[in-house]
Amino acid sequence: MDTTSIQAEGPVSGGYGQKNPSSFWNEKIITAILFLTPTILMLAVFVVWPILSTLRLSLFDWNGIDPTQTFVGLENWARILNDDIFIKAFGNNILIVVLSIVIQIPIAMLLAIFLDRYSKLFISKFFKTIYFLPLLMSSVAIGILFKFIYDPSFGPITMTLKDLGLNQLVRPWLADPDIAIYSIIAVVCWQFIPFYMVLFLAALTSIPSEMRDAALLDGATEAQFYARIAVPMIQGTMRTSVILSLIGSLKYFDLIWVMTQGGPFNSTELMATYMYKKAFVSADMGYGATVASAMFIIVMVISSVVFYASRRFETEV
Amino acid sequence: MTSGKRISITQIILLLASISWLLVAGTPFYLMALTGFKARFELMSGGSVFDLPEVFLFDNYREVLFEGPFLKYLGNSVFVVSISVLLILTLSAMSSYVFARIKFRGRSVIFSLIIAGLVIPLHVTLIPVYLLTQQIGIYDTLWALIGPYVAFNLPLSIFILTEFMRQIPIELEEAARIDGSSTLNTFIKIILPLSTPGMATLAIYNAVMLWNEFVFSFVLILNPDSRTLPLAIWEYQGEYSMNIPAVMAVLTLSALPLILLFIVGQERVIKGMMAGALK
Repeated sequence: MDTTSIQAEGPVSGGYGQKNPSSFWNEKIITAILFLTPTILMLAVFVVWPILSTLRLSLFDWNGIDPTQTFVGLENWARILNDDIFIKAFGNNILIVVLSIVIQIPIAMLLAIFLDRYSKLFISKFFKTIYFLPLLMSSVAIGILFKFIYDPSFGPITMTLKDLGLNQLVRPWLADPDIAIYSIIAVVCWQFIPFYMVLFLAALTSIPSEMRDAALLDGATEAQFYARIAVPMIQGTMRTSVILSLIGSLKYFDLIWVMTQGGPFNSTELMATYMYKKAFVSADMGYGATVASAMFIIVMVISSVVFYASRRFETEV
Repeated sequence: MTSGKRISITQIILLLASISWLLVAGTPFYLMALTGFKARFELMSGGSVFDLPEVFLFDNYREVLFEGPFLKYLGNSVFVVSISVLLILTLSAMSSYVFARIKFRGRSVIFSLIIAGLVIPLHVTLIPVYLLTQQIGIYDTLWALIGPYVAFNLPLSIFILTEFMRQIPIELEEAARIDGSSTLNTFIKIILPLSTPGMATLAIYNAVMLWNEFVFSFVLILNPDSRTLPLAIWEYQGEYSMNIPAVMAVLTLSALPLILLFIVGQERVIKGMMAGALK
């Protein structure tokens, strides 16, 4: 099972028989209404209404303070389509999506195979604990920690390169517009590889040991067993992780905000950081709402496409 | 494994990958905790960042913990996270019960709409939520965070808990029904106690997520008294910009609660953290 096969209506699961007396039916429906009301209210007030409100605000020009909001129709939308910074931000989001998937999944898979293969050794428990640590830190803390690690004058990376006599490789990791985004993607990978590793490890662990034994008896090497049997068997989990990585990367904010605030020269700008800047820094609330709406539409469209594509894919497999 | 077997290329690759990653994952933590023990200008005095401190100074940690508002921020985080998690668990238990056990027309539509909330980027709600909290007078207080925290974590929690409740054998409830137990009673007496493992997983997952939440607190909290930990870390950075060891001490102390939780209940925490990807 994975995210892609959500079954809202289980014909077998859930629900009582239909042979109840009518008083009972009413009691059940009243309970259902009472039980769902708080959730629906919360979602209406903090999710649904704000979305509609943001979409509405994208048609106005407003500085966030004046009592008057000027209706400008689709002007903000025309502006965003020609906004190089927004297009750059969207491109960066896509770059993070692609590089995250390409870098994280293979490394996470290697580490998961290592932990699965040597799960009986005590040392692998220690490895697993250290590997998991990055997942427990907030993105803000990770961002600040890596600002220090990337420090161009006395950060550990610079220091190490200098000690190795590789001074020509030292760069202003976060201040050079050409490489800042890659420095950040490295941190994103550092943060999330453990997550996918644990996910793959759980999937590998659930493969019956008889399968390995049978494969080895048939003369397969360990490597062949993993490459031809184990990894193909956990395809569903890999697909889930691609979807999670994709949707997560489109919403990225904290880490970038802490490390570069989208700079230098918007080279690490993302849709979310740009939205924040427009709405809360430049007091351009109407346009900020437009950026937020565009981001919302993009995320929803991509999610739906991925969701349906993977469902179709599932039925074909 | 027969002895005398040659070590294969695969094993070498695996070992190299895992040891490299051990260094990559562990070194930042080592540097963080260690730098916290260093004197303020030790980093600039030419020594390597990897060196052990000249003297292990507890001053930074002591200063952060007892001479500043750090404990207040910690308290703020505990307060917001515990109230939010309690609300999330309560509301998602009630809703999940309905989705798992009560059939009515439109059930699957409502369920699907709630689940769609999983992918909504919270930035699309920032401006209206910011204005709303100002209008009802809770802007810049910890109360402003609770609504968005609960609402944005409900979809996943309901999804997971509904799946969990559907696994509970229905016979128990049918027996109770025959004894004349009401729907509400069945929920309290049978379903809730049996859902405890699922709720524990959700509690851990949501607590970890909210403990580290930044965006909402960044937008909705201004005054120093109401800062949560992630927001405080961000502000400390400006305050101590020239004092890296102090900043590292703050980072270490703020990561400590979750690391301790992880040490206490490793398997449970891993399970909880993975809740978002299980299905």
